[in-house]
Amino acid sequence: MKYAFFPGCVSKGGCPELYQSVKQVYPRLGIELEEMTTASCTGAGVLQEKDLRLGDVLNAHTLAVAEQQGLPIMTICSTCQGVMSQANHRLTTEPGYLDNINRVLAEEGLTYHGTTTVKHFIWILLEDVGEQKLRESVKRPLTGLRAAPFYGCYLQRPTAALGFDEQPARAQSLETVMALLGAEVVDFPGKTRCCGMPLLTINEPGSLKMIAHHTADAKEHGADVMVTPCPLCHLNLDGLQAKAAKYDQTEIDLPILHVPQLLGLAMGLGPRQLGLKRNLVSTQSVLEKLDVA
Amino acid sequence: MLTTFRICRFNPEAESPRPYFQDYQLATERSDTVLDALIRIRETVDESLTLRCSCRGAICGSCGMRINGHAALACKTKVASLVSPGETIHVEPMNNMPVIKDLVTDMAGFWEKIRQVQPWLQPTGPEPEGEYLASPEAMNHLTGVMNCIMCGACVSDCAALEVNPDFIGPAALAKAYRFAADPRDGNSASRLRELNVPGGMWDCTRCMECIEVCPKGVGAMDRIMTLRAKGIEHGVPSTAGSRHTEAFADIIEQKGRLDEPMLAVRTFGLTNVRQMFSFLPMVVRALIRGKLPRSGPLHRPIPGIDRIRRLFQRVKEPR
Repeated sequence: MKYAFFPGCVSKGGCPELYQSVKQVYPRLGIELEEMTTASCTGAGVLQEKDLRLGDVLNAHTLAVAEQQGLPIMTICSTCQGVMSQANHRLTTEPGYLDNINRVLAEEGLTYHGTTTVKHFIWILLEDVGEQKLRESVKRPLTGLRAAPFYGCYLQRPTAALGFDEQPARAQSLETVMALLGAEVVDFPGKTRCCGMPLLTINEPGSLKMIAHHTADAKEHGADVMVTPCPLCHLNLDGLQAKAAKYDQTEIDLPILHVPQLLGLAMGLGPRQLGLKRNLVSTQSVLEKLDVA
Repeated sequence: MLTTFRICRFNPEAESPRPYFQDYQLATERSDTVLDALIRIRETVDESLTLRCSCRGAICGSCGMRINGHAALACKTKVASLVSPGETIHVEPMNNMPVIKDLVTDMAGFWEKIRQVQPWLQPTGPEPEGEYLASPEAMNHLTGVMNCIMCGACVSDCAALEVNPDFIGPAALAKAYRFAADPRDGNSASRLRELNVPGGMWDCTRCMECIEVCPKGVGAMDRIMTLRAKGIEHGVPSTAGSRHTEAFADIIEQKGRLDEPMLAVRTFGLTNVRQMFSFLPMVVRALIRGKLPRSGPLHRPIPGIDRIRRLFQRVKEPR
């Protein structure tokens, strides 16, 4: 199980604890990684607002580099995953488009043949590592921890690009992993809705309303913690939760974990190893619940 | 198959009108759509159940409603595709619009926003002797967006509308695109300027709900993104949205990866210092926890940045 590892900008920027925690957990699952150091940002859907073709060129470059290495790509960010999946979908389904993009890559001596698969870490856990191995890695089952999933957008939509037809279990991947780790899954209506991050620049009150609504709603449904496969959702739900609570004149204090942080806890790793002190909403209540000193 | 339908009911003429759920059990066939089932409930179980429908063939757009939490046409949704025997199907009226009764919503606001984008061709220049001509390629490009049947599904599930009812919304923006991208229309520039306002094309949160729920593959959000690109191309006055996009692209060209603090400064900084400073508590907390991202000269470009810059340049070259 070897992958070309695409960490994404945010795991190396605003959410370093995501990068730190995934580095702790992957070797324990028999995964090998080769980090893609020369790959650019995917464009995050933002660059694509200005020039979709430019975004597709950048992602075709990343896909071609992995193809040359003969490796599938592993992402740890829903947005990276979604944007690359969409680009890959266009490149491999729109007649003539791959040739068009390859003409731009040709001068770099690169050609993309359309064979690279891109998988989010959460999908890899279920499809490649497998339930048995995942179960075996659990040293401290998350019994009694009530965890709410928060997918955000890019790992749920558009389903055509995300391979849900071939892999329907992807739609529930977060809940499945959380349950395998022993947590009690708290279902709530907002789990596949927008976190508000892309709205932050243009309509901050709207963005804060989304944060307050989803976190408070998960809490009302009984969640001790929320878990997200998207560091951009994390920036909003964790980073701006205090601001959102103030705006909404309420108290929320719901810890938000990255997937590898939750997995690491189940593997028996310590809070320092998983960068839990770097989350802005205190994760102390989660540690207490799990009797982690 | 015995199926339970949990239907959201609302009667404005009740003594204290408020929505509630009512369960109906119905024997359904493999071929039944949700609309077939609802009509049968109305005809055989409860004649007070109110819904709107007409063509029953996914053409008229009348039977938009939320089925298991997502907007859909009831006539295009098979019962068997939703549930295993014994499971419950939740049926509710569309969101983001007032409910008149049970599953019937008031679409007046929807139409008002459609009208706002002036959904008709506005050619300029001298009138041609014959028809206004458009290339088959240009019209092919517009067929997707012209498939819209105004059912309201995209508006129902729009996350941006949920927090800002003044947002013009995905249906009207897709319709605006249909005319702004029509080669026969002469008013693209003014159309784009009129969408470059609070509540306009920059207020979409890119959640893709509209793409997913559209029964006709209109892809409203993709159209909104192209409107934004056209807006930038036409040089519409800058907004936080367009500055964010331009700064993002510049940063990736310079460094290959994001410089988050720089992006924030370039988006808000020089024009909205107050908003910028309102993020200070978060910045301080991030600093204390050792997670404030590096920025400016401290944030180095990725190895191989030269190739990324060349790719940018090559895409900018005229084809």
